[in-house]
Amino acid sequence: MPSIRLLGIPPSDEQLIEGLVEPLRSILRLPVEIGSGWTLDPAFAFDPYRNQVNSSSIIGGFLQHFPTVDGKILGVTTSDLFVPVLTYVFGEAQLDGPIAVVSSHRLDDTLYGLPPNPDLLAQRLLKEAVHELGHTFGLIHCRDYRCVMHTSTAAEDIDIKSERFCPACESAVSKKRSEMMNG
Amino acid sequence: MSNNFDKQNSLLVVDDELVVRDSLSKWFKQDGYKVDTAEDAAQAIKRMSEGPWDVILLDIKMPGMSGLELQKRLREIDPSITTIMITAFASVESAVQALKEGAFDYVTKPVDPDHLSHLVINALRQKKLASENAQLREHLSEIISGDEIIGNSPQMKKVIELSKTVAQTDTTVMIRGESGSGKELIARAIHANSTRRYFPIIAVNCGAVPESLLESELFGHEKGAFTGAQYRRKGKFEMADGGTIFLDEIGTISQKMQVQLLRVIESKQFTRVGGNELIHSDFRIICATNRDLEAAVKDGTFREDLYYRLNVFTVFIPPIRERRTDIPLLVHHFLKKYSGVMNKPVVEITADALDLLVRYDWPGNVRELENVIERAMVLAKPPAIRPADLPFQMVPKHHTPSDDSIASVEKAHIEAMLGKTGWNITRAAEILAIDRVTLYNKIAKYGLSKP
Repeated sequence: MPSIRLLGIPPSDEQLIEGLVEPLRSILRLPVEIGSGWTLDPAFAFDPYRNQVNSSSIIGGFLQHFPTVDGKILGVTTSDLFVPVLTYVFGEAQLDGPIAVVSSHRLDDTLYGLPPNPDLLAQRLLKEAVHELGHTFGLIHCRDYRCVMHTSTAAEDIDIKSERFCPACESAVSKKRSEMMNG
Repeated sequence: MSNNFDKQNSLLVVDDELVVRDSLSKWFKQDGYKVDTAEDAAQAIKRMSEGPWDVILLDIKMPGMSGLELQKRLREIDPSITTIMITAFASVESAVQALKEGAFDYVTKPVDPDHLSHLVINALRQKKLASENAQLREHLSEIISGDEIIGNSPQMKKVIELSKTVAQTDTTVMIRGESGSGKELIARAIHANSTRRYFPIIAVNCGAVPESLLESELFGHEKGAFTGAQYRRKGKFEMADGGTIFLDEIGTISQKMQVQLLRVIESKQFTRVGGNELIHSDFRIICATNRDLEAAVKDGTFREDLYYRLNVFTVFIPPIRERRTDIPLLVHHFLKKYSGVMNKPVVEITADALDLLVRYDWPGNVRELENVIERAMVLAKPPAIRPADLPFQMVPKHHTPSDDSIASVEKAHIEAMLGKTGWNITRAAEILAIDRVTLYNKIAKYGLSKP
């Protein structure tokens, strides 16, 4: 049975990860579990000059450890992520592939000098987690601003969209899900 | 699920670093773009023929040919390309140079994702506006230069009415008429009154294009299809997608082209010369000829099946010698037009000069009339055109009697008066000082018929 496995990448916030399980299960309608036993050491992907972690390298690390995946893997970290040509990313995913990674670093209001808001942080992380997993289901960015697949490049952009797919994206996910189920 | 734009936009990333190419192409693919990459100038130039690319992201510093130099080369291939330069260091000098040479903007690596997304969206918006602007200008110049259809005679009223009726449909129209009678004008009027009016009308003069080039002119060609085909080119049928194609002088095309044309009309599909890709285009055909197609069909030079395909709805434009009452109207229209163009206060024409014009036979039709007025406007002393301003060769053609008998002279005179009044029986009878019944009788006696 394909499932979605959540893997913390140190440093990670276990409470935030646990908070993702139920809503992800309800939105993606697949079993969601928190992986245990093996942890990816992100040191190899760390860029000391930028003080950020290369998300493409992290995806590469996961792929090396899990050559075959039944379902999807979502890496979750509090580290700031980047891809080489961009200053930062909230997350990265393999389009129509098994691996995605998401960071809570830039979703946290305290980074912008605002008071802590744990509920908002959890909300934003959920939306970004669904968004990156959406890419692994082959979805590209959606024009509907309420759809979770709408592109966001700033934290406040994330607050505008919902954590759910629009009907068109939902039907695309559902088609992929049944393909996964049928092997 | 819908991506950011209605049509899939395409992006070409040119950078020597694999990691930059990979991450940018991944980033933009997730945004719904069609993305391809090139690692150096040679590959980028090669990719140009696979385009068109809406936006090209270009690294300034590359081994071999620099991004700046490459931008120049790419612009030679396609002057309308939109480029965004990427540079590893904020080198003001090279960035300014890139902008001077037409780059849309430049960014410094690493790029802020928010900034990059907006930049590309803005570049696309600008490109769309520019091409829309060019199209509108073209359209506007057509409207400005397009003359109105002038004519109050029953024959012309009928032509206008027919054109308006057929405009609303998608029917193929054949416009027949002598040279210079305004066939293209009617074709444009039909297009302008049709539901396709917001799409282009593409005019092709089949007689003016050499036979060897007509095929590529109509269907386009792929790069390398023949010597000199350096780049892919769209054909007129492809350009007319959504609009109308006007095939002038259709009677001059070769047998081979007739076969190809027949196929395109029937299937609305074709391939470019030297290409395999089947192109679908939604066009309406209006064609025109001054040849006797029926005779051409009879002697086998024009295919009968094509003739029937094209000859669905025919509009005949009568020559102006058959609608002389329109001549004063046309003369005044051209007077007004050229007094404006030449900024010359000549706004009238003397009665005897107008009489000369009305009586002339106009073998070159409206085109000849327009040229005569233009010439006269140059010579005329304000405020009016006089007979002396008209060309010498314009000897008025009289209806000459075939012999000196009373009957021949009467027949010629009646014919002349009917022609002068546009077969207005009442007016002609008044001039001839006979009653209408007598005139009808004489028309029947001499076997005269309305042209």
